[in-house]
Amino acid sequence: MSDKGVAQIWRKIKSLYNIEGSHCKTCDTYYFPPRLVCPKCRRKGDLEEFHFKGLGKIHTFAIVRQAPQDFKRQVPYIVAQVELDEGPRLTAQIVNCEPEEIEIGMRVRACFRKIREFGQEGIIVYGYKFEPTMKVTGHK
Amino acid sequence: MEKDVAIIGVGMSKFGELWDKSIREITLEAAMTAIFDSGVHGKDIDGIVVGNMSAGRFTGQEHLGALAADMGGMSSVTAYSVEAACASGAAAVRQAYMAIKSGEHDMMLVLGAEKMSDVTQSAAMDTMSVATDWEWEGMFGATLPALYAFMARRHMKEYGTTEEHLSMVTVKNHKNAQWNPWAQFQRPVPLEVVMRSGLIADPIRVLHSAPVTDGAAGLIMCSAEKAKEFTDSPVYVVSSEQASDTLALHDRRDITTMDAAVRASKTSLQESGLTIKDIDVFELHDSFTIGEIILTEDIGITEKGKGGKILEEGLTELDGKFPVNPSGGLKARGHPIGATGVAQVVEIALQLRGDAEKRQVDGAEKGMTVSVGGTGATAIVHILGR
Ligand SMILES: [Zn+2]
Repeated sequence: MSDKGVAQIWRKIKSLYNIEGSHCKTCDTYYFPPRLVCPKCRRKGDLEEFHFKGLGKIHTFAIVRQAPQDFKRQVPYIVAQVELDEGPRLTAQIVNCEPEEIEIGMRVRACFRKIREFGQEGIIVYGYKFEPTMKVTGHK
Repeated sequence: MEKDVAIIGVGMSKFGELWDKSIREITLEAAMTAIFDSGVHGKDIDGIVVGNMSAGRFTGQEHLGALAADMGGMSSVTAYSVEAACASGAAAVRQAYMAIKSGEHDMMLVLGAEKMSDVTQSAAMDTMSVATDWEWEGMFGATLPALYAFMARRHMKEYGTTEEHLSMVTVKNHKNAQWNPWAQFQRPVPLEVVMRSGLIADPIRVLHSAPVTDGAAGLIMCSAEKAKEFTDSPVYVVSSEQASDTLALHDRRDITTMDAAVRASKTSLQESGLTIKDIDVFELHDSFTIGEIILTEDIGITEKGKGGKILEEGLTELDGKFPVNPSGGLKARGHPIGATGVAQVVEIALQLRGDAEKRQVDGAEKGMTVSVGGTGATAIVHILGR
């Protein structure tokens, strides 16, 4: 086995770095994370890679105060389900935002951050987190 | 020919932090209790099935089917283990149900086991998060409590459910558990204490979540004809249904409903020719108290959005119209992941036999168990009757 997580992360880099998912040309549905089979059309589906804009809003969230080892140093942190403008939802941390500021419906945009380290000797994973758009652009 | 399936023996180890016992010992304890309860002998048993989620990570031991057969001195018997995250125990019950119904096995020992306290709390948390879509949820720091918090917050937003409602489930289940000698927490807990307990993943608090538990539970299941040789009052598995949903919570149609539980309970009732009103007692998966609230809606005890309100009315209390979790549920009986689904069936069997002592629901004739894997990717429903 390779160092913890190396192959697992390497396979997903396009999705983690660029929010690359898939779009089904048959039913015009967008998927993130990418899928190999369209759950609506199954074998009739026709999936192509799709680069999401990275804009969306908070569908729901939690403030994590008890975390597994690799996340302990970040506690408390906000983790949320973000609904992308194209439709699908994903799970990500929210940064540049205090726990008391976050609310359902808040507009967010993707930013590039360090996600985690796999233990002391493991690799460091980078990818998407989200931040409130108003903090960056002044717009709600 | 399809056979009717009966339960003729039940047993459990004590649930709790059992530091002095290994997974072998607790599994054997549950097995022997069930065997003695049924009156069968080891030679009558022609199959063993063990429900377990992650013994490999919790204890470093897999291959629990063969291990169980070995420990019981029955190592020539066919033995399997099955995994469906937190619904693993229920999956074991369903495997035995199908094997007996088809005629492949006559008499089976069904076990569920998990030994969680051999690792640290944070390692246990890590392991539990593999019940979710690890690559796209756990990887980003979304713990299992956080994902249930997602459901809770959305349920609060859409239906006005409150933190008090989340806490009332705990109060009810702890109250019931004081009369369950196998339960991890045999003491009531006041509402104020629940509401002041530490936050794990807001709005989920420590006392809104099932504890880390060691434990095992067992059943002896056989065909209805065979059951007559051993007992005058068998409990029958009237129906067994299972359904799936997306692994990740973010891919669900609606995160305030567990569609898999809706489907499995609906087909289960249809298949047995019953309505929800015919069910006298329920064991529902309350790994987090929002889970019990959502399930009372999903199986039809109440309409969508009223799962919090019915707690105020006492509908799901032991003496209410729809008693839920007389055993104390996962919250108070404890939640040794792989054992839970079997323990739920043990409780309903005891209730239908009239053996539940001080937590007995008067005259219970039909009971239902609902087990959920992860955040609802698997749902397994059993209806039992006498
Ligand atoms: Zn499609």
